[in-house]
Amino acid sequence: MKPLINSLPETVFTTKVDELLNWGRASSQWYMLFGLACCAIELMQTGGPRADLDRFGAVPRATPRQSDLMIVAGTLTYKMAKRTKLLYDQMPDPKYVISMGSCSNCGGLFQLAYSVCKGVDKIVPVDVYVPGCPPRPEALTEGLLRIQDKMMRERWLVRSKSQTEAAVRV
Amino acid sequence: MLFDFANVLVFTALGLGFVGVNLLIGRVLRPANPQARKLSTYECGEPSTGSAWVNFNIRFYLVALVFIIFEVEIAFIFPVAVVFRNLVESGEGLFAFIKIFIFIGILFLGLIYSWVKGDLDWIKKVRA
Repeated sequence: MKPLINSLPETVFTTKVDELLNWGRASSQWYMLFGLACCAIELMQTGGPRADLDRFGAVPRATPRQSDLMIVAGTLTYKMAKRTKLLYDQMPDPKYVISMGSCSNCGGLFQLAYSVCKGVDKIVPVDVYVPGCPPRPEALTEGLLRIQDKMMRERWLVRSKSQTEAAVRV
Repeated sequence: MLFDFANVLVFTALGLGFVGVNLLIGRVLRPANPQARKLSTYECGEPSTGSAWVNFNIRFYLVALVFIIFEVEIAFIFPVAVVFRNLVESGEGLFAFIKIFIFIGILFLGLIYSWVKGDLDWIKKVRA
């Protein structure tokens, strides 16, 4: 049986089912452990008991197969960029990316170095940029909440143009 | 009696139906977007090379077996060493000492055996 994604006209039923799906996805964002540099320390703190990302349903996973969200935390080197792209490709759809910190936003402090990729958005599509060097756990939590907002606006079953295009990325 | 069987039947049908309906809902509602790169083997971001069907050298198993001799030796000697003071105080010190020496001696014989057989050498000499 074929998936019903992007195939139905907009009715009350489809929007309600979409809301249910979005609610489920937004409340269980399993993020891949992807600490590249010092931002990873703040990422760990965000998962720790004080900031406690778990209360939003965000659980760290060690493999892209089980993750919905990639938090790129730290300086992205060209050597790592290839791996990052592959790991992003190996995540199941729908997938989201948070770029955490100045380094993964634009290269940050190290952007003049020969080995540093000037932003993770050169490699994978980024949903939320979290500024800071490094961002505090509260800032990363805010980023996660913004991802939740984005998820809640998505339409899955309904045949529409831009949003479905953004949702199911190739 | 027959009614009990009907209970089992109903529960089986409900269980199978529950699983089937849930799998069907998941299949219908999830995005299916398979690609070659997505389906590639997860190797922590490295592109995987070669096949997983690799022959390990048989010599590793010999090393593992010899290791187990000493591991068992340590696992059995530690408890004796912990209670040795008590054994000495209760007058069984010499007895325990001789017993553990017999134990070590048997394992030492095993070590000598594998040594003579040449299993401790990484490159074995083949007798013509």
